[in-house]
Amino acid sequence: MSNHYNFAYLDEQTKRMIRRAILKGVAVPGYQVPFASREMPMPYGWGTGGVQVTAACLTPEDRLKVIDQGADDTTNAVSIRKFFQRTAEVAVTEHTAEATVIQTRHRIPERPLTAGQILVYQVPIPEPLRFLEPRETETRRMHALEDYGLMHVKLYEDIARNGAIATSYAYPVKVEGRYVMDPSPIPKFDNPKLSGTPALQLFGAGREQRIYAIPPFTEVISLDFEDYPFEATKAPHACDLCGDGGSYLDEVITDDAGGRMFVCSDTDHCASRQAAGHRGRLSPQEDAA
Amino acid sequence: MTRDTPLLSVQDITKTYGGRIGCADVSFDLWPGEVMGIVGESGSGKSTLLSCLAGHLTPDTGRVVFDTRSEGPRDVLAMSEPERRMLARTDWAFVHQNPRDGLRMGVSAGGNVGERLMAVGARHYGRIRDEAIDWLGRVEIAADRIDDRPRQFSGGMQQRLQIARNLVTGPRLVFMDEPTGGLDVSVQARLLDLLRGLVRQMGLSAVIVTHDLAVVRLLADRLMVMKGGQVIEQGLTDQVLDDPQHAYTQLLVSSVLQV
Repeated sequence: MSNHYNFAYLDEQTKRMIRRAILKGVAVPGYQVPFASREMPMPYGWGTGGVQVTAACLTPEDRLKVIDQGADDTTNAVSIRKFFQRTAEVAVTEHTAEATVIQTRHRIPERPLTAGQILVYQVPIPEPLRFLEPRETETRRMHALEDYGLMHVKLYEDIARNGAIATSYAYPVKVEGRYVMDPSPIPKFDNPKLSGTPALQLFGAGREQRIYAIPPFTEVISLDFEDYPFEATKAPHACDLCGDGGSYLDEVITDDAGGRMFVCSDTDHCASRQAAGHRGRLSPQEDAA
Repeated sequence: MTRDTPLLSVQDITKTYGGRIGCADVSFDLWPGEVMGIVGESGSGKSTLLSCLAGHLTPDTGRVVFDTRSEGPRDVLAMSEPERRMLARTDWAFVHQNPRDGLRMGVSAGGNVGERLMAVGARHYGRIRDEAIDWLGRVEIAADRIDDRPRQFSGGMQQRLQIARNLVTGPRLVFMDEPTGGLDVSVQARLLDLLRGLVRQMGLSAVIVTHDLAVVRLLADRLMVMKGGQVIEQGLTDQVLDDPQHAYTQLLVSSVLQV
């Protein structure tokens, strides 16, 4: 390895610094730990925080999966996967079950995660109170004092204006009865999966220089009102390729005459269901037996 | 029924800004249901004093003892930050001179009124909304404006909304910093009328800072006159205004324009 890049791109001192932040985050679930975020060879907003957390977690034995909006084959996912193939020479996979480290943007895989897996989220804005209270000094104090009335003001405004809680992604959660946390822009359909999972969940925000974590089997509750309870919503359709009625769907416009199809946003989930023989409304017709 | 401890007992409050005096050695007791007016010219230290009392500034010396519901008299300045914040959103209220300082301008009127309720744990949308509508009615804002933002309100309405937002949790002590500043006289008159009604009806105690003698004449039971950071005269409002003893108070009273 001596003539190569350092394993997983970052130098050992940096990885050590990031691991300390991760350990602190795990010790205080939901608390945003500041860390000295480095320049990465990609623009802010492309997952610089997630990449640093992944780099600090990777070992040569790991098998990495990278998804973007659930898909393994989009630009962001492909470039980050290639990046770690080159700099860490780790094995990669597209199958959720085989991966030990999964870096994700905006989704949690449909397949339940298992013990020993690490899910790394890319986070654009880690502060859930940011758009309500612009001062960082004040939001920190609000977290310290558990002063979270303002979060409900946002949900109140949602109901007053739209008749229901219209926040559909980055839906605020309370972790282990203490810190209110932004779960990164995952759809609120995925919120229930945050709670009580056997996998370790790490969140990295590169530009904002924050790391936070949900350790395995931590209680994560989505905030709501008694008379407007939290609902994990999705498009009311079944996948047009694999026929699954319970997975999160992407809407794809197929022509300019109003044609559309709904497909699973989790490509691995959809592909493995199709391989197992499930068919949807628009699946290619098979040869008659 | 009658209590023998004052609601708020202020003892020797001094606040200096470097070498300059903000206010010096101010002491008074405020009894339940009493309204105390503090008047003085600009720079006389009245706003500094109010900020010290309300916990926005830390005074250099002195004690502010508040008679809490659960634990009796306690020194507010020695409380921990969470306790003080809890107090500030339950038993206390602060009405700013400029409604923009006291309201969230990007949040609807209903959300503004409901914030304090949600901060103390209300989690039922329907009940929060009913309470907000009730309070908008009490401050004479039409119920159909509940989803409008304060930006769309006139200055007088904004000030009334700020009062509703502050009184919704049923506080026992209200601090007001020039509540009628920046409003025209007819709107001022209506606001004063409203305030007087609410104060009497809810049995509120209040500390009102103003430079407008008409405001204290209407609202305040007792009056304190400040100049250069010192209290130079205090007594019953009518007594101080009708028979001023100190030269500065005489000047102040005689400076009011008679129409």
